[in-house]
Amino acid sequence: MLDFILAALRAAIPAGTPLLYGTLGEIYSERSGVLNLGVEGMMIMGAVSGFAAAQTTGSVWVGILAAAVAGALMALIHAFASVSLRVNQVVSGLALTMLGLGVSGMMGKRFVGQPLVVRLQPVRIPILSDLPILGVLLFRFDVMVYFSLLLVPLLWFVLYKTRAGLTLRSVGENPAAADVQGINVPFVRYAAVMFGGVMAGIGGAYLSMAYAPAWVEGMTSGAGWIVIALTIFAIWDPRRALLGAYLFGGVRVLQFRLQPLGISPNLLNMLPFLLTILVLWLSSGQAAKRRIGAPAALMTAYSREER
Amino acid sequence: MRIPRIRIEKRLSTPRWLPVASLIVALALAMLTIAVIFYVLGVNPIVAFQRIFRGGFGSAFGLRETVTKSIPLILIGVGLALAFKGRMYNIGAEGQLLVGAIFATGMQRFFPTWPAFLLLPAMFFAGFLGGALWAIIPALLKTRFRMDEVLTSLMLVYVANEAVKYLVYGPWRGTDTRGFPITDEFPAAAQIPSLVGSRIHYPTLILAILFAVLVYFLLARTKLGYEIRVTGENPAAAHYAGMDYQKVALLVMVISGGLAGLAGMGEVAGIHYRLRPPEAISPGYGFTAIIVAWLARLNPLAAILSAFLFGGLLVGGDAIQIALNLPAATVQLFNGVILLFVIAAELFNQYRLRLEV
Repeated sequence: MLDFILAALRAAIPAGTPLLYGTLGEIYSERSGVLNLGVEGMMIMGAVSGFAAAQTTGSVWVGILAAAVAGALMALIHAFASVSLRVNQVVSGLALTMLGLGVSGMMGKRFVGQPLVVRLQPVRIPILSDLPILGVLLFRFDVMVYFSLLLVPLLWFVLYKTRAGLTLRSVGENPAAADVQGINVPFVRYAAVMFGGVMAGIGGAYLSMAYAPAWVEGMTSGAGWIVIALTIFAIWDPRRALLGAYLFGGVRVLQFRLQPLGISPNLLNMLPFLLTILVLWLSSGQAAKRRIGAPAALMTAYSREER
Repeated sequence: MRIPRIRIEKRLSTPRWLPVASLIVALALAMLTIAVIFYVLGVNPIVAFQRIFRGGFGSAFGLRETVTKSIPLILIGVGLALAFKGRMYNIGAEGQLLVGAIFATGMQRFFPTWPAFLLLPAMFFAGFLGGALWAIIPALLKTRFRMDEVLTSLMLVYVANEAVKYLVYGPWRGTDTRGFPITDEFPAAAQIPSLVGSRIHYPTLILAILFAVLVYFLLARTKLGYEIRVTGENPAAAHYAGMDYQKVALLVMVISGGLAGLAGMGEVAGIHYRLRPPEAISPGYGFTAIIVAWLARLNPLAAILSAFLFGGLLVGGDAIQIALNLPAATVQLFNGVILLFVIAAELFNQYRLRLEV
């Protein structure tokens, strides 16, 4: 039983890692006041670009870089539409998701069915990885897992303890006031949205290069939408993103583990999506109680003229 | 670093020709962009566009198929136009379609001996009910708990997807289907008649056009329609005018979900005569209909036309998939690019742009 629990916990972390990357990025994007519903599209572009680049160059790092660039370029489209053209952010993000699903399908067609030639190898952290129980549980993952774990405190620190973070938050809360203080509102928003794209791209690459090393059309299968829900669940705080991402990672593991017990896989596949609704419901109650919520200027375009 | 700023000035008035002109320009630019993407990905855009056009509109067979595929698009597009007018972002029509299909299938399972004149209307009703019930969940979550309907309605698509699979792989799998995950064929009384030599199940088509007209009048000529429009355009003003936001939200979701459910009924009882796995029932009608509604500028009557256009695109898309060996997701590329340009075009009707470098 202990082995079962340990194995499940251990599997939950890689399963949650793509969600963690995506959520950390979306938190920054939304903190600047831009809702990007295109996470699914950015993630899948990251997945296909990462896989294609790694497969052709034989280097995982080139793959991850390609995924980050692909995510950023996708995000740039959304930034241009929502910041410069000030179109409806919901619809623009939706269009981005469709675009990503379409382009990735075409790009990935020739990679379907190929196993990835290179892998992210697990790193055994010396000494620590030999600890009983904890060693296996925490210290034998690949670099991208550790990197995401490093990003959580780092992004929290930047957001709350640095001038850059203050700037970002002020743009998301009150762009007019930020503008008066000489902050370049469009620049901050472009940067935040594109950072979100980089992170979503890397999250997608983790899916296609480490978690399930292969390219399958539409392989993100809703992960990008779960990310958006997790951003709300995290109350736009990087630390809580960790909790949410691993919770969903755990559910993914549970899906596989419960299948042998004779429960229909189709019913089990509903779990993450039902849990998403549950999590949104919990967050809505919490937000009402503590009077905390979305960045005040979320989803509102800013223009000096209409201030 | 300085980002070249695009200055946006509000127009004092919109010339009448502008909305139409900007739409045409947007569509042309979207096609150009898609051509460039095709080219970059190694697909000859001229050949691809020719095949799409010929596939969807270039032959009698193609046109019949285009009309067939525009039936669900009209139904859902009209409903979504209404929902978006009331500012309810129902993104889950695909799921509502599937639940409508489940309910309609269930109806003929429970009353297999009913004659067609009873059974078909009952199935249409069940389809509407299923879609409406699936749509009322996000509506209630929104009005009662302020939960974002975009996410909840979309999550329910995945749940509906798995529900259909569960049924066709499990309890509803047919007895004589040689292991395929499909139900038994519907009895003749549960099959919607089609025009001879085509798959155009005309009762559903008539229903779709009827609903387009009804929703148009609801929006344009009734007090309720006025409340929906005001709530959508200016929720604060609607609130001060004493309009009931919750009523509007629930109503537009029930209608849009119900129409999507009718579309699902049309597919299973008019095309397949069985419940099949979700990807076989719908190639994403619920998502494509979002663009149908937006391209029609949320006008239910114009949605008929844009549904026909996208019906042709779906048929042509099937044609190039086979001819040029492209994946099914190619149609999504069209959806995404066209939607981006259409919303950008809307901006030009209200604002003029000036580039400041």
